[in-house]
Amino acid sequence: MDFTLTPEQLEIKDLAMKFAKNEMMPRAHEFDEKATMPMDILKKAWELGLVNTCIPSEYGGNSFSAIDSMIITEALAYGCMGMNTAIMANDLALLPIVIGGTDEQKKRFLTPFTESYKIAAFCLTEPANGSDAGGIKTLIKEDGDDLIISGNKMWITNAGYADLFVLYGTTDPTLKHKGITAVVIEKGTPGIELGKKEDKMGHRCSDTRAVTFNNVRIPKKNMLGGLNQGWKIAMKTLDHSRPMVAASAVGGATCAYDHSVKYAKERIQFNVPISSHQAIQFMIAEMALKIEAARLLVHKAAWLLDNHQPNTLLASYAKAFAADSCMQITTDAVQIYGGYGYSKEYPVEKLMRDAKLIQVYEGTSQIQRLVIAKEIFTR
Amino acid sequence: MNIFVCVKQVPDTETKIIPTADGSFIETNSIKWIMNPYDEYAVEQALLVQAANAGSTVTVLRVGSSKDTEALRTAMAMGADEAYLVEAQDNLDSYMIAKALKGAIAKSGKTPDLILSGKQAIDDDCLQVPQILATMLNMPSVSVVVNYEGSATDITVKREVEGGALEIYGVKLPALIACNKGINTPRYASLPGIMKAKKKPLTTLSLTDVGVSDADKRVKYSNFQLPPEKPPGKKFDATDAAKMASVVKEVVGLLRTEAKVL
Repeated sequence: MDFTLTPEQLEIKDLAMKFAKNEMMPRAHEFDEKATMPMDILKKAWELGLVNTCIPSEYGGNSFSAIDSMIITEALAYGCMGMNTAIMANDLALLPIVIGGTDEQKKRFLTPFTESYKIAAFCLTEPANGSDAGGIKTLIKEDGDDLIISGNKMWITNAGYADLFVLYGTTDPTLKHKGITAVVIEKGTPGIELGKKEDKMGHRCSDTRAVTFNNVRIPKKNMLGGLNQGWKIAMKTLDHSRPMVAASAVGGATCAYDHSVKYAKERIQFNVPISSHQAIQFMIAEMALKIEAARLLVHKAAWLLDNHQPNTLLASYAKAFAADSCMQITTDAVQIYGGYGYSKEYPVEKLMRDAKLIQVYEGTSQIQRLVIAKEIFTR
Repeated sequence: MNIFVCVKQVPDTETKIIPTADGSFIETNSIKWIMNPYDEYAVEQALLVQAANAGSTVTVLRVGSSKDTEALRTAMAMGADEAYLVEAQDNLDSYMIAKALKGAIAKSGKTPDLILSGKQAIDDDCLQVPQILATMLNMPSVSVVVNYEGSATDITVKREVEGGALEIYGVKLPALIACNKGINTPRYASLPGIMKAKKKPLTTLSLTDVGVSDADKRVKYSNFQLPPEKPPGKKFDATDAAKMASVVKEVVGLLRTEAKVL
């Protein structure tokens, strides 16, 4: 057992935290208000190597370990959970290519992402299918050397800016998860129709839209892992992405915690700083212990991945616990700030709004518990 | 050009400083170390000069404990080519540090064309090492530099003086330039840079290797202690005119007897 980070990992963490504090935090409120993508910040993050951490070095990436990418994600989410979503969505979309793509596909699709800042969007959820991902209805039909895609996708992060869409569809909805097929669709392919930008509660700077695919024709060489082979790729993607989302919850929670500790020392009530009151101390102690526990779960889920061991159970533990903790911690941060916490003049109400999404996307907290229960009762 | 940069590792500005029980130094175990912020400007300037003069090398030097090599690793991750660490306690005096740096430059086998440093370290704020080192090497030095322009042989630098005025100096290299905030914007060490830095050479030398011994000690630190706590301010009640005269009298009296400013 070893809980220490390597000197390189400490440096990676320092850089990512420095970037989060100097570049992201000072402008988090501004982009939350404007609800636009902070393109200059995202591009700067890409220049420093903080984006697309999943790309292997053979294709121009940095071959980061899963632990490395958790460290980066946690730090970036500390800076702004919304901006981190725009960054993390790239990994979510590129992971299916890393996992299920051929060498040729990886060269064709991944390498351009290492040469300039490009944006990818992951398209799984549909208007009528969120948690029930096996029930998706977007059709993928064979037509000679091509595939024709038709259907509606919903809540697609980065959609308005995407250079690449990685889409899950089905060759036959009655086959359920056995018909799921993954494809890559490049921007500008005729038939892609973007919906309006969603006006969201949190993560407001990230671009979320519905996307309609009207008989979009792509070559078969854009299919990942063959017809009806998509479910396996999707499940493996989740093993990577769920710990990442959990890491972002740890980052957001740590930000709320740091604000709370600072404020509790400054705010005087009954002639003493409120940090002297046990009611406040207990809330802050609860925050600290939950953050530590959540981080350990994230790191264990990542460690299993790095050591090529099954991590589905740990990924769900981490995702559920970190997301629920983040919600509790950011809510308590608002409580500690009192009336000021409810005002947009102070930073914590945004954290509370941002935290909520982490319990919802990438498998709700309830779906994580279903996964956990399934692991318990079918083993 | 052979460009050298002297860096110091200092406690993070958010670190709580605690003197050791015997007062000989500060507790170093709990400290998070960072590169002295003024030295970041020096590293950045070295990299800018290197980029403008093809074939130049940037060598980073540091005197201090080897427990944490944060500052040197950061400098190499930013782009410096190699590093020398002279292993020593973190509380040597300015003269010993300057002599050790001179020795490290000699050990590198390269003749310096330009030496860059921060104008001061934010921990002990001595502001002496750059000038002592330049004197030892018999080269000109300019400190508090906020602007740097020039070739591989002649440069023009601007230094800040009291009142915000600038002094402009033409300098023939080799010279030592000590940088102030404003000279440039230090780059971040990128992630690929951090990975590459692992493979760059870091040579460790002892004080003996660089010809420094206890006989070089010029300053003996007798006691480290925290500054005394500020007493709370005093409030005077002068809400109505009737009290005013007596309050004024009291304040003037205290300024005379306690604050001793009148």
